Amino acid sequence: MFISIESVSKRYASSHGGAIQALETVGIGIDKSEFVSIVGPSGCGKSTLLMIVSGLTPPSTGAVRIDGAQVTGPYTDLGIVFQQDALLDWRTVLENVMIQADIRRLPRAPMEKRARELLALVGLQGFEKMYPHELSGGMRQRVSICRALLHDPLLLLMDEPFGALDALTRDQLNIDLLRFWQETRKTVLFVTHSVPEAIFLSDRVIIMSARPGKVEDIVTIDLPRPRSLAIRQTPAFAAYSDRISRVFEAIGVLREN
Amino acid sequence: MTAPPTIAEDEAATAELASIDTGAAAARRFRIPYAALTAVAFIAIWQLATNLLHTPSFLLPSPYAILKDLIANRDILVRQTGVTAFEVGLGYLLSIAIGMPLAILFTYSRTFERSIYPLIVGSQTIPKVAVAPLLLSWFGFGLLPKIVIVILVTFFPIIINAVVGLKSLSPNMLNLARSMGANMFQVFWRFRLPNALPSIFAGLKVATVLAVIGAVVAEFVGADGGLGYVIMMATADLNVARQFSAIVLLSVLGILFFWVIGYIERLLLPWHISVRADEHHDA
Repeated sequence: MFISIESVSKRYASSHGGAIQALETVGIGIDKSEFVSIVGPSGCGKSTLLMIVSGLTPPSTGAVRIDGAQVTGPYTDLGIVFQQDALLDWRTVLENVMIQADIRRLPRAPMEKRARELLALVGLQGFEKMYPHELSGGMRQRVSICRALLHDPLLLLMDEPFGALDALTRDQLNIDLLRFWQETRKTVLFVTHSVPEAIFLSDRVIIMSARPGKVEDIVTIDLPRPRSLAIRQTPAFAAYSDRISRVFEAIGVLREN
Repeated sequence: MTAPPTIAEDEAATAELASIDTGAAAARRFRIPYAALTAVAFIAIWQLATNLLHTPSFLLPSPYAILKDLIANRDILVRQTGVTAFEVGLGYLLSIAIGMPLAILFTYSRTFERSIYPLIVGSQTIPKVAVAPLLLSWFGFGLLPKIVIVILVTFFPIIINAVVGLKSLSPNMLNLARSMGANMFQVFWRFRLPNALPSIFAGLKVATVLAVIGAVVAEFVGADGGLGYVIMMATADLNVARQFSAIVLLSVLGILFFWVIGYIERLLLPWHISVRADEHHDA
């Protein structure tokens, strides 16, 4: 078990005095090199869970262990990609990726070489000297993925990374991400509200319900890899989609009269 | 759930970008200097009006008369401009030197902010002009009261804008920094400060204009040099052309000062929207 999330709960003080139970006794184990997605309605605490795994937010109760060690502060052997790309407007594309090396005080020359390779890998060769405002949303998100990968982390946390992109760009980035994952086999924890996206990418899909956020079901996606977009048209894919939808129906997230 | 933007929306955005690009390209070929044309027209009308209406020179001298005065007295006027420029520059720099550390303290210490910040905001209701005579009796007629007044009028916009900028780092950005293992100094130098620079420069630019006003007010109250002093002397002599000469030089000083800060901003923040807006990108 690479990551173990042990009965984690999170309670926030709300602005009008009361408390909000964001997460209730969540327990999940994730293996090394596994691609795990978390799907759920807005406000189900999936982003909160990601923040707790990264050590950026402490859990109210329970614990997270990565590689056997309990996470007590920010866990740094990871890369994070947010929905808003969080690029630094004042740095060029290359320098945005290199911020990783600057903060971690990694040797610049080899890291710059790697940064250029990563950018080329996601089709951004020739854009190194541009500023974020000169790029499209999809390109910006590619840069932030490169930034998350520069230091070759064990773990990749992605918080609805493609949620703000148009459908075509989203498909392309899904393909690129999957190809990259196939090559590097990093452990990925991927938060999304798109069921097809979760099925397409993942080894396992964790289904969460809202208020309080808790794990409703975990579905193992037994589709052959490497996967192509065409797999979304297969009966097996439809069956998974159906199964996940039924869980959402059962907990009242989806209603069909 | 938020809907992702549709392809149509994306296309619309691209089309919009394209139209901005063609506009910029056209402007690059030939830029009509609208402001300069307006100014020239204004001066021409002024000159004509004084010629035709024979306005007495102690009420409104012609632009030509002002120009004559400027040229005839250039040595002394340049020297007096230098005096005012020195007060403005020194006061401005000291204001930054005081304002920036305070802004950083406000950003990091809630207690410090709560105990000092409201007083600073409140103190701005005191008209600085009203304080000027008091400062004169405390600090004499020399350089010091001028510097103090320049600081008093400029540090407010500098500090307010710096605090707003320094506090505007998004939670995601901060989380990102922390997940890289950034320490406090790295967060400040690599994230918080660069992120705040556009806002800081907005304050610095407002402060340039106020600095010149502050220096002139201080000179009005009591001075033996500077353009404010020149205006006071010219008023006593009913020398309106000289007053206008001083006013012209004051605006030149103000414009130059503003331009210098704007130039530094363009050098430091080529990426920022306020800089991009009137610049043309080839990308």
